[in-house]
Amino acid sequence: MIATDTERELEFQAKIDRGEVIEPKDWMPERYRKQLIRMMSQHAHSEVVGMLPEGNWITRAPSLARKAILLAKVQDEGGHGLYIYSAAETLGIDRGEMIDQLHTGKAKYSSIFNYPTLNWADIGAIGWLVDGAAIVNQTALAKCSYGPYSRAMIRICKEENFHHKQGYQMLAYMMRGTKEQQEMAQDAMNRFWWPALMMFGPSDTDSPNSAELMRWKVKLHSNDDLRQRFIDRTVPQAEAIGLKIPDPKMKFNETTRHYEHGEIDWQEFKNVVSGNGPCNRERLRARVKADTDGKWVRDAAEAYAKKHMN
Amino acid sequence: MSESNIPTNQWKLWEVFTQKKSGLPHEHAGSLRAPDAEMALLNARDVYSRRNEAVSIWVVPSECMVSSTPEDVGSFFDPANDKLYRHPNFYKTPDGVKWTS
Ligand SMILES: [Fe+2]
Ligand SMILES: [Fe+2]
Repeated sequence: MIATDTERELEFQAKIDRGEVIEPKDWMPERYRKQLIRMMSQHAHSEVVGMLPEGNWITRAPSLARKAILLAKVQDEGGHGLYIYSAAETLGIDRGEMIDQLHTGKAKYSSIFNYPTLNWADIGAIGWLVDGAAIVNQTALAKCSYGPYSRAMIRICKEENFHHKQGYQMLAYMMRGTKEQQEMAQDAMNRFWWPALMMFGPSDTDSPNSAELMRWKVKLHSNDDLRQRFIDRTVPQAEAIGLKIPDPKMKFNETTRHYEHGEIDWQEFKNVVSGNGPCNRERLRARVKADTDGKWVRDAAEAYAKKHMN
Repeated sequence: MSESNIPTNQWKLWEVFTQKKSGLPHEHAGSLRAPDAEMALLNARDVYSRRNEAVSIWVVPSECMVSSTPEDVGSFFDPANDKLYRHPNFYKTPDGVKWTS
């Protein structure tokens, strides 16, 4: 008996509604496959491009301990990229194709990485705010309907907790330091706070794919809900170490038990997403250069493998 | 595992299995690309065991993996469906007999 696509689609939806997980060989609607490839490759690219702003500071870390921590974190991000690329490959796309899409500017990555890291405190702010926001997103994705993606997220979340905490600890340390160190930390906070909030994407009323992705349990919470979750847990952490939230409208609502925030500048977000952020061009250039410069290493490994096969 | 038939400029795909500690079974951790078995093992260590997640790693070329397909999941597994006598709770013991299992 051959099922029609509509029947298959109903069965697929029923499976998801029952809370079952979709595995690579299971039948899935073409659009589910496409949407996941788009999301997962964007996510993998973000991990990889995310190494660049932090990589800038590895040679300038103020102590050997900080250097070791930063190296370990950046190596983790490379690993995250690999987990997600290989999870995305189970959907029938080749890693080389995804990487080409990144290098030719066809694929997107998280806009946060198009902001520069201007001082050492930025490394703390990235760990605490950027990885903190990523954890909120990724914890939700760990329960998504696609098995390989969800398993990659579970692995990643464990490692993100180290990224998050080391960043916060670093800022906490600076906030107990000299006046200059405190100002440095506050300056980093001022520049990264709003872009971190934008990481959750536009408000759901402006997010065209949301309804479909939620029906398929690829997305389990709205962008605004996740953003709120991040704000609620982060504001008290900022207050505890004396950092000010650069939002005069931020206040705690006693009735809802949530923080309310000021308007997000979505024009800036659109601008950065469409390629005009402070570092878009530089990031792509660095990626392509790393790929080109590393070619001889890959060629050598391949030649070595061939030689030993015979 | 990837089912891709698209020609690739990437290295061969490998499936990685890790054992958390001795005595436990190896579990599928994910996949990776590497030009040969030696590099696959080294990469598997760096990608899937940066925090002592494994005491042993297997890498297998993905093309060597054979698996059942979801489509014939019913007919493939149904020989087991009507054989309740394979389970101990199929059998009753006489009243008064104490049976610990
Ligand atoms: Fe990451
Ligand atoms: Fe991270």
